[in-house]
Amino acid sequence: MTETAAPVTERGSPGALAARLVNWRRGAYRFRQSRLSLIGLAIAAFLAFIAVFGPWLAPHQDQVAGAVDTALRFRPPSWAFPFGTNDVGQDMLSLVLAGARISVLAGLAVVVIGAVIGTLVGATAGYAGGLVDETLMRFTDLTLTLPSLILAMAIAAALGPGIGNMIAAIAVSWWPGFARLVRGEVIAKKHEAFVDAARAAGARPARIVLRHILPNIVSPVIVKMSLDVGFAILTVASLGFVGIGVLPPTPEWGSLLSVARGYMPDYWWTAIFPGFAIFLAVFGFNLLGDGLRDVLDPKARR
Amino acid sequence: MLRYTLRRLILLIPVLVGLSVLVFAVARLLPGDPVRLAAGPNASEAEIRNLATEFGLDRPLPVQYWSYATGLLRGDWGVSIYTRRPVAEDLRIYLPATLELVVAAMLLAVMIGIPAGLFAAAHRDRWPDYASRVFSLGAISMPRFFLGLLLQLAFAMWLGWLPLGGRFPLTEDAPATITGFLTIDSLAAGDLHAFGLALRYLALPAFAMCLSPLATITRMMRASTLEVLQQDYVLTARALGLSHRLILFKYVARNALSATLTIIGLYFGFLLGGTVLVETVFDWPGIGLYATKAIVTQDFMPVIGVTLSIGVLFVTVNLIVDLLYGVINPKVRYE
Repeated sequence: MTETAAPVTERGSPGALAARLVNWRRGAYRFRQSRLSLIGLAIAAFLAFIAVFGPWLAPHQDQVAGAVDTALRFRPPSWAFPFGTNDVGQDMLSLVLAGARISVLAGLAVVVIGAVIGTLVGATAGYAGGLVDETLMRFTDLTLTLPSLILAMAIAAALGPGIGNMIAAIAVSWWPGFARLVRGEVIAKKHEAFVDAARAAGARPARIVLRHILPNIVSPVIVKMSLDVGFAILTVASLGFVGIGVLPPTPEWGSLLSVARGYMPDYWWTAIFPGFAIFLAVFGFNLLGDGLRDVLDPKARR
Repeated sequence: MLRYTLRRLILLIPVLVGLSVLVFAVARLLPGDPVRLAAGPNASEAEIRNLATEFGLDRPLPVQYWSYATGLLRGDWGVSIYTRRPVAEDLRIYLPATLELVVAAMLLAVMIGIPAGLFAAAHRDRWPDYASRVFSLGAISMPRFFLGLLLQLAFAMWLGWLPLGGRFPLTEDAPATITGFLTIDSLAAGDLHAFGLALRYLALPAFAMCLSPLATITRMMRASTLEVLQQDYVLTARALGLSHRLILFKYVARNALSATLTIIGLYFGFLLGGTVLVETVFDWPGIGLYATKAIVTQDFMPVIGVTLSIGVLFVTVNLIVDLLYGVINPKVRYE
């Protein structure tokens, strides 16, 4: 039931595997009990589907690539255009569907990069201790005091437009949270019996950390990742909204919203649908993350 | 307490030095050629070189940092290569606007969030609790700029109740600057008309800013109240026959507050950096808008100035929060 019971043993032995399976099934049961978590899972799965197939589902695929139809400017929502059309006559539904790919992809990439860097920094600091720990953690704390959005804007603007640059700019300030989390977990685990055993058997520090400690602290990292995806999507959209990041004609929810601002209030539909798409994506991942935390992190459970 | 405060203040010095080195390094090591950009598209190589020499940008980086850091101590935050205005002067104008917005948003969030969290915890697992939980998750997920846009659409464009953007009407006389907070300055001048105007302009952006801290504070307050309610002394108080209301407001709220206080401190810094979006939507003339303009033109002195001032404020607010613990909870002893 508790997190500490199973992982004290090493991976691989049949008993540990069975214990893991039982844990997993209990977790899945608890997850199913919470209606909000299931809604979150459904929204996240829906978004993942749109992110993969969105560009093909779009009714006007040519417009996703930038084609315009000025004869159909600013049509209100109708059967032909459920989300209406924008200032150059593009179908908003197509743009919003295609925009899911950038947001979800960039959001996931930011969190994965942040988690990898943060885990490396945190594990090094936690395992090495002493001066290395002190130096790395002071640097981490300093990075935490910087305003992350302004930093991301400055870096993205200097690197120039493009999805890769935008992801890099946001990921630069995303790792400190993971570093602090992993450091704490590594310190808690590094005096467990199985770590001592590995050390006695002559394993080098890199092997001990990578093969023996990290696999046992995966679940808090996964919980933080799932909680972070929503906010990463939000940050991506924020950069688009201030006009830094992905350039038109690439459809991105934040920049769609920023263009629509100029056409309020008469053409409100150009803003409502991309804005609501951002909200739905962030909401879904937050629900999912909350549900996963309840399952994987027994300490935080209500 | 005094010794603890002094020690914490001394410990701030290396943090501030580190912060200034980090911000300076990030801003100056980024790719791009701000001098060429500032000189204009038709500038000759000689003109670009002259501009770089004028601003001292042809010197080695450590030398540049040293002159920047010694300047900071004299209150000189550098000069914008674009507008040629001193950054310190610009910050004096724009920082109070942002602070007013953030303080107003935090006040709203605290005034609504703390009672809401207490109320939800007192009605655990009944409808006020569910309502506050769903509201919190929704509010955290709402993009601040989209909420701002919706508020503008509803209250400024359709209903016409509140102004669309800006901080004060250009046609009216603004109160004399004392604190830079228009609401306080107009009250200090005894000008109720100006105070009303300032509040009307502040209402929508402050509400757009307050939603996510409000949600977080409500959740934190709910969780810590539930935890405190399980303590033995609450049971004792109940056994003594104290009323439910007295227990909740006098004994539980006080202890539940200390965990929430940390969140308030962290959020304050977070909001300072997050005003960018709300300031963009509402044309609020604060440091966020100022930083955005500077970022687009790669004018790094204002960017360094804004980032550094937010960092300093963040560290200071968290120090104040740490000191406040002792006021709320006398059991906290300072070594």
